[in-house]
Amino acid sequence: MQLSHRMILTGAPAVALAAGLAGPAAAQTMDVTVEIPRLGVAEYHRPYVAIWLEKPGTPAVRSLSVWYDFDKKNNEGTKWLRDVRQWWRVSGRTLQFPVDGVTGATRAPGANKVSYTAGKGVLGNLSGGDYVLVVEAAREVGGRELVRLPFSWPPKPGQIVRAAGKSELGAISIAFRK
Amino acid sequence: MKTRILRTAAGIALAAVLALPAGVQAHRQWMLPSATVLSGNDVWVSVDAAVSNDLFYFEHTAANVDNVKAWAPDGTEVKIENAFKSRYRSTFDVHLTQKGTYRIANVSDGVSGSYTLNGKEERLPRGTTPENLASKIPAGATDIQTAESNNRNEIFVTSGEPTTTIFKPTGKGIELVPVSHPNDLVSGEAATFQFLLDGKPAANLGVTIIPGGIRYRDQLNQIDAKTDKDGKITVTWPEPGMYWLNASIGGGREGGGAGGPGGPGGPGGAAAGTPGAPPAAAPRPAGPPQRRASYITTLEVLAL
Repeated sequence: MQLSHRMILTGAPAVALAAGLAGPAAAQTMDVTVEIPRLGVAEYHRPYVAIWLEKPGTPAVRSLSVWYDFDKKNNEGTKWLRDVRQWWRVSGRTLQFPVDGVTGATRAPGANKVSYTAGKGVLGNLSGGDYVLVVEAAREVGGRELVRLPFSWPPKPGQIVRAAGKSELGAISIAFRK
Repeated sequence: MKTRILRTAAGIALAAVLALPAGVQAHRQWMLPSATVLSGNDVWVSVDAAVSNDLFYFEHTAANVDNVKAWAPDGTEVKIENAFKSRYRSTFDVHLTQKGTYRIANVSDGVSGSYTLNGKEERLPRGTTPENLASKIPAGATDIQTAESNNRNEIFVTSGEPTTTIFKPTGKGIELVPVSHPNDLVSGEAATFQFLLDGKPAANLGVTIIPGGIRYRDQLNQIDAKTDKDGKITVTWPEPGMYWLNASIGGGREGGGAGGPGGPGGPGGAAAGTPGAPPAAAPRPAGPPQRRASYITTLEVLAL
């Protein structure tokens, strides 16, 4: 029985990443800023947000951050993780929650900064080549949006990649530093 | 005379009943799960089950779910909970305590046919199965003609990562083998499924796929596919949503070879009778009973 290409790829992200992203450790840090827009809606809940890294043309997918209602009793907040649907498909559904260093609380509207350093923690080592940082937000009783930020590794210090969402996400940037 | 016509009409209606699962005479059967892609630690699905013309609106009759069973990824049978039959639909729950893909299925195997006793042709009664066939044919019966029907109406739901353990074919009737996993479908992508008939690739099998939401559009937007020599079809999903898939042989249902829409599987109701059968007032159905098999599933296609 043969599974879809996509499934095989996403079924073994850890193994694939080890091959895809292995390389010499470089002290490179990505400061990612994700703006969560303030919305004038009757019922507002902070969105679930997933941030992950893809290496185009390879099966490598690595979840970097997942902000969700992680502190509800019986882990009830995990019920809605699948609404972050693209992330759920490429990575989330293979994970056990909570994920150390990846999962955290939902964030308030405003600019939320999170940093990843190559060779450390969730980012691990990155081999040279093209990558896409993907940010996806899904809000309870609200909408869902996905923004992609392509970049090349290794980056130049001071380099900034910007993109912006239209509804559930505001301005998003990656600032690279030593 | 009047009495005779009535009795014969009842006989024909019964024949139609025999051919189809759970006493359903026509229209479209379906099961609609509350979700097919699920996350969380205490995962449940609620399923609506009905027989209707429009998909997926419960506007005709509730499906009989007494025979519905569910299997967990490890192959164990799990309970159908909170089953209830209302006027237009039945509903039940399945608690997904394991990670992986579950199968929820209503499978019925029946035998239709006839025999002659004391010079009179009699139909096999409703509820005849391969197992009890012998007991349904009285001593002295001659000219016995029977045909098996295997009907499968099933859905798949996945908690966490999709698995394929529950797709092991039974070798009976029409079955789906996931080249693409049925709980990993996304709009704009192509998906391939293989169909088996009695465990072997079902080549040249008509497969009908209809997106839900019929009530609020003018066209069915039906996708008609034919399986290749390996029993495979490939479909590119035009939009996200729930899709009804049907394949059948021998019954003239949607997706079937003979008959097709407008036959007994299409709109027409109980009076439509068996394919090739004369009008209800005619004394006797023509031809031997046909081997039938039908397959129905509901597929959820997510947005990219």
